[in-house]
Amino acid sequence: MVKPFLSIEQLTQTYPDGLGGEFTVFENATFGIEKGEFVCILGHSGCGKSTIMNILAGLADPTSGVVKMDGAHVSGPSLDRGVVFQNYSLLPWLSALKNVTFGVAARFPQWSKDKVIEHSTAFLAKVGLTGDTIHRKPSQLSGGMRQRVSIARAFANEPKLLLLDEPFGALDALTRGTIQDELIKVWSDTDQTVFMITHDIDEAILLADRILLMTNGPMAQVAESVEITIPRPRNRTSIVEHPNYYAIRNHLVQFLGQRSAELAGQPGDAGPSSPETVRIDLIEDTDSEDPEPAAPILRAVEG
Amino acid sequence: MQTLTENKKAAVLSILILLIGCLIWEMSIPAQKVAGELTEYEMLTGGGQPKAGVPPPSQVLGKAWEQLSNPFYDAGPNDKGIGIQIGYSIYRVLTGYLLAAVIAIPLGFLIGMSSVAHKALNPFIQVLRPISPLAWMPLALFIIQDSEASAIFVIFICSIWPMLINTAFGVAGVREDWVNVARTHELGAVKTAFTVILPAAAPTIVTGMRISIGIAWLVIVAAEMLVGGTGIGYYVWNEWNNLDLTSVIFSILMIGVVGMLLDSMFGLLQRTVAYTE
Ligand SMILES: Nc1ncnc2c1ncn2[C@@H]1O[C@H](COP(=O)(O)OP(=O)(O)O)[C@@H](O)[C@H]1O
Ligand SMILES: [Mg+2]
Repeated sequence: MVKPFLSIEQLTQTYPDGLGGEFTVFENATFGIEKGEFVCILGHSGCGKSTIMNILAGLADPTSGVVKMDGAHVSGPSLDRGVVFQNYSLLPWLSALKNVTFGVAARFPQWSKDKVIEHSTAFLAKVGLTGDTIHRKPSQLSGGMRQRVSIARAFANEPKLLLLDEPFGALDALTRGTIQDELIKVWSDTDQTVFMITHDIDEAILLADRILLMTNGPMAQVAESVEITIPRPRNRTSIVEHPNYYAIRNHLVQFLGQRSAELAGQPGDAGPSSPETVRIDLIEDTDSEDPEPAAPILRAVEG
Repeated sequence: MQTLTENKKAAVLSILILLIGCLIWEMSIPAQKVAGELTEYEMLTGGGQPKAGVPPPSQVLGKAWEQLSNPFYDAGPNDKGIGIQIGYSIYRVLTGYLLAAVIAIPLGFLIGMSSVAHKALNPFIQVLRPISPLAWMPLALFIIQDSEASAIFVIFICSIWPMLINTAFGVAGVREDWVNVARTHELGAVKTAFTVILPAAAPTIVTGMRISIGIAWLVIVAAEMLVGGTGIGYYVWNEWNNLDLTSVIFSILMIGVVGMLLDSMFGLLQRTVAYTE
């Protein structure tokens, strides 16, 4: 079997539980991400999403297991893996533009100053930031603008893998909508591989090629991998009219509302625990190219 | 508009307080002279002579005019202009202070970044810090054998602590997300220190520097009274020995003004490195 672009193999994380013992956040998590894929991970708070992301970023080491990107072990942070943090990831003493050039200059040290500025300005423009705004400090920008700057910084660096940890978690619904649109726009221009944490189901459906579902912690598992069988380009107003939309959404709601708790806390066997692939497609489920059995479809329909 | 009138009000009030204060001072002088019963000490120190009384503000003002119109004259070891004396003091303060900064800031970085260094050095800091800087003077004079260098050493030792402690505190408190930004951009240790940690901790560091310069200016007066020779502290003491209270009061005011200027320079620096999250 061909290894995916990013492969997460038997990842286990334990932490001291504060009572002298240990608790396992997740155990033997195993999954892969293909090049150019946009994958969202959904799960309740505390199940270990940020922990997984920090491991992928190389900012933390797992208790056991490995992460491979392009066949090479991930150890330590790298410019190949860009990160957008939920909060405070902009340096407050630098202007919006300088926050981006800071990253670009680190990524392309051989570039001239002008080229760095030009490249950075272009990416800020892609997320809708132009004119005087880009010379303001983060404290003078709204929450939405700040998050746009950090998205621009991450994309401008053209990393092989882009990691986003609840990037819109602190934003109001309207702002979130616009920035999601901008994220799609930037992403479709670049073919960037993206791994994004969110707790917003609609956001995940709108953005992702595939959604990974995690059960509740401790002993959380990446239980399912749900394909989003809605063609791109997607648009928040029109996707709701697609026949697959509510089927997928119901499946996700049902998982997070009920099954994530039912499946929680089961210590797995020693082997790798891979997510079950779920493909919900009401349009062409007769000649599906997917080798997986049709069982998950039934589950989706019954919900 | 509102703030302007408020500032104006405050300015008028300030001038009023100054005028009334000076007026009361001026008026209380003759009364004191008439009613003043001289103590034995005052008599011994020549309190009976007219020069020995507390001078009125008008006299101090005259002195200030005289001194400030020719601040840099040099007529022998005991008669130098106020500008020269202050110049000596500032030179000592800045030398000791810069030496302290050169050691305190890098050391503070080390302590802030490494908890081992923090734990290892903390006991020394805690014991050395509360020592009055003047307590070092005899030892400094004995070891260094030079009064000038000893004064500088005393400034060094008193200004090192606030800078050291604030730098360590500021560096240790740098938000982890910012350090992670540096890490994900593969910045090396030196680049991270200069482009992320230093600007992030700068407000705290400069606050420490500001406290230090204030303490150094307090201490230099006392140190110069001890070592003598030159400097504003020596000048105050010398004028007291000459029983020239007008000069004493004038130089006290000058100490205040210079201290204020030093402090406001760091206030300015503080504003340039400040940031809001
Ligand atoms: N450094 C740590 N030490 C101990 N426990 C931790 C640490 N980091 C995270 N945890 C615990 O691991 C679990 C997963 O955390 P996290 O990955 O932040 O969850 P999520 O992002 O899914 O909300 C939580 O129970 C959390 O308390
Ligand atoms: Mg999280």
